[in-house]
Amino acid sequence: MTCSDFLKELTDYLDDSMDAQTRAELEDHLQWCHNCYVVCNTTKMTIEIYRDSHLYELPDDLRTRLRTAIVSKCECHKSQASDPQGQSDSPTTK
Amino acid sequence: MGTIQPKVEAAGDELTLVHAAKAGDISAFEELVKRYDRNVFRIAQHITQNREDAEDVVQDAFLKAYQNLANFQEQSKFYTWLVRIAVNEALMRLRRRRPERMVSLDEDIKTEEDSMPREVADWSPNPEQLYNQGELKEILGKTIQGLPPSFRTVFVLRDVEGLSTEETADALDLSIPAVKSRLLRARLQLRERLSKYFKNRTGGDGKQ
Repeated sequence: MTCSDFLKELTDYLDDSMDAQTRAELEDHLQWCHNCYVVCNTTKMTIEIYRDSHLYELPDDLRTRLRTAIVSKCECHKSQASDPQGQSDSPTTK
Repeated sequence: MGTIQPKVEAAGDELTLVHAAKAGDISAFEELVKRYDRNVFRIAQHITQNREDAEDVVQDAFLKAYQNLANFQEQSKFYTWLVRIAVNEALMRLRRRRPERMVSLDEDIKTEEDSMPREVADWSPNPEQLYNQGELKEILGKTIQGLPPSFRTVFVLRDVEGLSTEETADALDLSIPAVKSRLLRARLQLRERLSKYFKNRTGGDGKQ
């Protein structure tokens, strides 16, 4: 197995979606190829850092504001849908 | 070396909520909003890279989902269906903001060369501890912003939100090989860019 072969399989290896024989071949390659070991290890760390980063968390106050707006729009849609006359009379509310 | 297992949201009583919402129960739909609003916001901000757009995407995606609940056939999870709507809304906003650039999930940019590892210095054992929380978020945000939209969309669904490869393919209307190819390249490009911040500075890595 070459380093290029290893790279092609890296995603399936990290996601544990491969057969036992391919996995064994990749792990054999990792035993002696330091560069692939580092790439594999740091790619795994990359995924974990992003997963645990809480990047782009939705703040509670914004969350409440958005939810209120969504529910109000849904209620508006529901009342228009159950009152087709009203719907045709007021195509936009914005 | 250990593998990465995606975190999976419990399905719970989701279908019951969906059925109630389909029957017109808005409080049931509100429960679905509470369950997934954080996820939709995160996905939207990863794709649009703009806070206001992400807020609009959350509202528009949930409203569109509510309006089209009758068309949800329940062949996939509600969340996967919702993600599909949210991704489309987010891409639409991105296109509006960057009309000069093609924004498409079909783009398969450059060659394999762009993802070949060049930086092979090992990282510090606890790289996230090299920076405070604010600095770390800035580094991660800036780094993922540099990826093409099609790559960061696949990465956020698969690796941040924990969708399976099949669910990601379904949500993005891509083939499984296309998802895998973009995911590999997204992961390698992020790794490469993060290396300059996280590489082990005490290990004699050949720095000039």
